[in-house]
Amino acid sequence: MTLEEIKTRLQTGVPGCRVEIVVNGSPSAQNSLLIDRRDGLAAARFLRDDIQLDFCSNATAVDWPDREKTDKVKTRQVVDGVEKEIEQTVKTRIPGYLEMVYHLFSITNREVGNQEPVVLRMRTGNRTDDVTLPSLTPVWRSAEFQEREAYDLFGVEFEGHPDLRRILMWEGFTDHPMRKDYVPPPDDEREISGGQ
Amino acid sequence: MDQDLKTELSKHGIFATTFEELYNWGRKNSVWPLTFGLACCAIEMIATTMARYDLARFGAEVFRPSPRQADLMIVSGTVTKKMAPQVVRLYNQMPEPKYVIAMGACAISGGPFRDGYNVLKGIDRYIPVDVHIPGCPPRPEALIHAFMALQDKISAQHLTGESRPRHLKAELPSEFPVPDFGEHGLEPAQNDEIFHNPLKVLQG
Repeated sequence: MTLEEIKTRLQTGVPGCRVEIVVNGSPSAQNSLLIDRRDGLAAARFLRDDIQLDFCSNATAVDWPDREKTDKVKTRQVVDGVEKEIEQTVKTRIPGYLEMVYHLFSITNREVGNQEPVVLRMRTGNRTDDVTLPSLTPVWRSAEFQEREAYDLFGVEFEGHPDLRRILMWEGFTDHPMRKDYVPPPDDEREISGGQ
Repeated sequence: MDQDLKTELSKHGIFATTFEELYNWGRKNSVWPLTFGLACCAIEMIATTMARYDLARFGAEVFRPSPRQADLMIVSGTVTKKMAPQVVRLYNQMPEPKYVIAMGACAISGGPFRDGYNVLKGIDRYIPVDVHIPGCPPRPEALIHAFMALQDKISAQHLTGESRPRHLKAELPSEFPVPDFGEHGLEPAQNDEIFHNPLKVLQG
């Protein structure tokens, strides 16, 4: 079953489900399904029960910081009475977000995914105060510790997780070390390995 | 006593020694390490104790499962910040005289994981280390070498006088403060009494 077929079945099986296919341009061409977080839980249930993706082998997070995109736009303008084509650079700011990535397999039906994982993605609203995603632990139990790890190291907050605590760092630690903008504490200065 | 005189006397069947020598000879040949491994270096440490390398030849075959019965702590592996307070606490629970071998690049400085967010950049930030062994991981021969260096250190210790070791000086501490888990890292980041930042030392 191809990703397009899974997408179509998802859209019919979960009414109103917003699904997108994120294209991977690299030679591996491992495309993935991007699901709106509001439909996350229902879509995950459908994937497990109807498409038989019964095993979640991996759950991890990606931090996408704010970035700037520069586009060159050609416009026609009248300069000194003569119409000329002028190239302008337009900068657009793309706000950052946190993204969860789940790798799904089907043990019962090998045709699904065709020996490759079906990659499921969900994105948060931003990186600061809107970082809630539905927990998929109620659907795939194997995601429990890995969602805790994403909570610990990236700061993704999971709704419906049975036991959302830090897993690697201690309680009372306030940072999220795997975020791109993480700065280690100043007392960790690198005496010999450079740095300052 | 003069070394030549001692050799001369032993030729005549007379064994002369000092209490200090006898005492240190006994001590250095029954150093009991703490059963304590942190990472891959621990595997090399285990190999060192087994038949092929046989640390028992040096009187250190008895790995004690309790710090109360141990003389030596071999810090074998990466010390994470989450583990560091427990390592210091174990050290504090050991009775004097006690010694520490920092085994491998991680225990010395953090090693290849030095820039990790949860890696302590060397256990000598919190407890005094007697012997450092470089290597990633050090071979069993290197650990044996470190152990022999520790034995030499023990046999050279004086029981009296100003140069006597820390455990015989009542005013010096035998326990060191256990760091706390802070919001961004361990607090304090090092024990300034025993750890001297190499860069700051260089800068004067």
